[in-house]
Amino acid sequence: MQAAARHCRAPLFHSSLSITGMSMSLKNVFEKTIPKLVLGPTLLSSLLFVYGFIFLTAYLSLTPSRMMPNFEFAGLQQYAALFDNERWWTSLANLGIFGTLFIGISVALGLFLAILLDQKIRAEGALRAVYLYPMALSFIVTGTAWKWMLNPSLGLEKVMHDCGWSSFHFDWLVNPDMAIYTVVIAGVWQSSGFVMALFLAGLRGIDDDIIKAAQVDGASLPTIYRRIVIPAMRPVFFSVLLILSHIAIKSFDLVIALTAGGPGNASSVPAIFMYQFSFTRGQLGLGSASAMMMLATIVAVLVPLMYLEARSNKAMR
Amino acid sequence: MKLKHIAMLMSLAIAGAAHATDVEVLHYWTSGGEAKSAEQLKLMVKQAGYGWKDFAVAGGGGENAMTALKTRVMSGNPPTAAQIKGPSIQEWGSEGMLANIDEAAVAGKWDSVLPKVVADIMKYKGHYVAVPVNVHRVNWVWANPEVLKKAGVNGIPTTMDGFLEAAEKVKKSGAIAIAHGGQPWQDATLFESVALGVGGAPFYQKALVSLDQKTLTSPTMVKVFDTLGKIKGYIDKDAPGRDWNLATAMVINGKAGFQFMGDWAKGEFAAAGKVPGKDYLCAAAPGTAKDYTFNIDSFAMFQQKSADAKKGQIALANAIMTPSFQSVFNLNKGSIPVRSGVSKDKFDDCALKSMADMDASSKAGTLVPSLAHGMAVPSATQGAMFDVIAKFMNSSMSSADAVAALAKAARTK
Repeated sequence: MQAAARHCRAPLFHSSLSITGMSMSLKNVFEKTIPKLVLGPTLLSSLLFVYGFIFLTAYLSLTPSRMMPNFEFAGLQQYAALFDNERWWTSLANLGIFGTLFIGISVALGLFLAILLDQKIRAEGALRAVYLYPMALSFIVTGTAWKWMLNPSLGLEKVMHDCGWSSFHFDWLVNPDMAIYTVVIAGVWQSSGFVMALFLAGLRGIDDDIIKAAQVDGASLPTIYRRIVIPAMRPVFFSVLLILSHIAIKSFDLVIALTAGGPGNASSVPAIFMYQFSFTRGQLGLGSASAMMMLATIVAVLVPLMYLEARSNKAMR
Repeated sequence: MKLKHIAMLMSLAIAGAAHATDVEVLHYWTSGGEAKSAEQLKLMVKQAGYGWKDFAVAGGGGENAMTALKTRVMSGNPPTAAQIKGPSIQEWGSEGMLANIDEAAVAGKWDSVLPKVVADIMKYKGHYVAVPVNVHRVNWVWANPEVLKKAGVNGIPTTMDGFLEAAEKVKKSGAIAIAHGGQPWQDATLFESVALGVGGAPFYQKALVSLDQKTLTSPTMVKVFDTLGKIKGYIDKDAPGRDWNLATAMVINGKAGFQFMGDWAKGEFAAAGKVPGKDYLCAAAPGTAKDYTFNIDSFAMFQQKSADAKKGQIALANAIMTPSFQSVFNLNKGSIPVRSGVSKDKFDDCALKSMADMDASSKAGTLVPSLAHGMAVPSATQGAMFDVIAKFMNSSMSSADAVAALAKAARTK
């Protein structure tokens, strides 16, 4: 075994010697340019297909484009039309409700589960897998499954009635005032396991010695978590918020599968609004304006978050 | 042997692709009966000596197909023909993309075999740019005679008041009075039948096609929403999101008494082995016996670069308009032929009634385009009106508020 290894190493040694012998500078040039060559196409295509198209959409939102792109400049009329559209405000309000509850509950539940799992329990691996599985499903599957479960004449309510609890009442899915909350339920079910995994990783990263020291000082377990562990997980909170808030703002498939934006338009969200106006109603300009507003929302949420994150990193150093 | 077959097929495919005069047709007829209908068209085009290049994009409402079409047109390579209907034909016409096919229209005397209302939709600035395939009637009511009998209702009432009484009786008998699916287009389908029943064809034409603000805000429109509100009370609470064919199944299974739906519902009854007149009843929506809301599928012709492609296009248009194609196609699809002079032998009672009513309403001027199915107004306006109707159906919005909102939606440009 050892002999074989030595045998292998010998020619390698020779060849590297010969390169050094050939030209040191050629190798340097190679080492310097290869990363650029490899990264170049990716960089170029992301510049073009991400930022290029963001600018194209931004420009389209300032044109009177209907069914096809039209590059005549028309000022802010699409934005005026957008803010005059009641459906847009419904969508925004729904995004507010969904975003707040989805992020809030997912974080709270995920953290709670992570703390419970962190208690060095038996079968932790199996439990972790159980909570993580929903993340493996696509939102379409989640939405469809919850649609069946929450449908009053098919799912939960019917089961309860069949079991004899005839006064049981749960019609959120078909109730225009409550439909958006069913999206929250399905979204939380899907994402809280993933949030738990992130938090669990964060919890495992905390030095045991600090906790032991606190225990020696007589701190109770809740106090240790509240005063030491959770504050130490600040970066994990940032990552979780970053991921969840962009899932919330661009959520489309979950709502389409679960309520299709209904009943009526009661659970419409900006992404659905954008799709329908751009592609099925022949109002590309208005759709682009709504897409720009969604981008603005994401920027408004993420930039302060990233700034805070960067500042806290600097402070730590 | 097998290999030989494959090789032959491949060479055929290559020959087909290389064929100078291929006709490429974009359509969204991908479900069972519809695919059969498309196959028929392909056969006839091939008999006329042209190759057929299928460009089928699935998705019942044609949304995906329209996205694909836009991409193709923008890249400067439009198909020969695409399944486009109603005012969208005008939208494409104004983009300057559609081809003049007057040559085929004159030779086939289209002006005399098509009702004028239909011919007008197929024309852009007085020239034919599209070919109609079929006519669906939207203002139908379907009913289960067993359920009606149990509730003591004798047939489908012909007046709106009579219908509301009958619905009350069915509800009291323990069945769901009206099967409905709470999706925006279904809400709009119900709305337009009610508007036609309450206001009549001239009102419908003025309010929902010409979008006349005065008519849209008239007391008749308030009455339309009042009636719609009453009908809403006879729909079960689980309706939101339900597909139309599931609602039809509720009528088939005797769970519900009535359903407002276009004649494509007949396909569901037929597939369940039901016989019209015995197992199910069809009638014009209450108060609309003399009126007819139509939904017409058509193919718009795109401008072609070569003269050969242009010839293929004319051949395709001619094939679509032949009585034999119109007959076979519509028997498969549940609709009726759009042109006169097609043999009526094989059509069932509901289809025959639809044909007779279309003739009569065409003469009386009560043949009106369907709002819910994209025949009446441009897609942007239609979408805004859908939003209002869906909101009314799914909230406690008052009729007066709904009228004001609808009038505002109708101003969407």
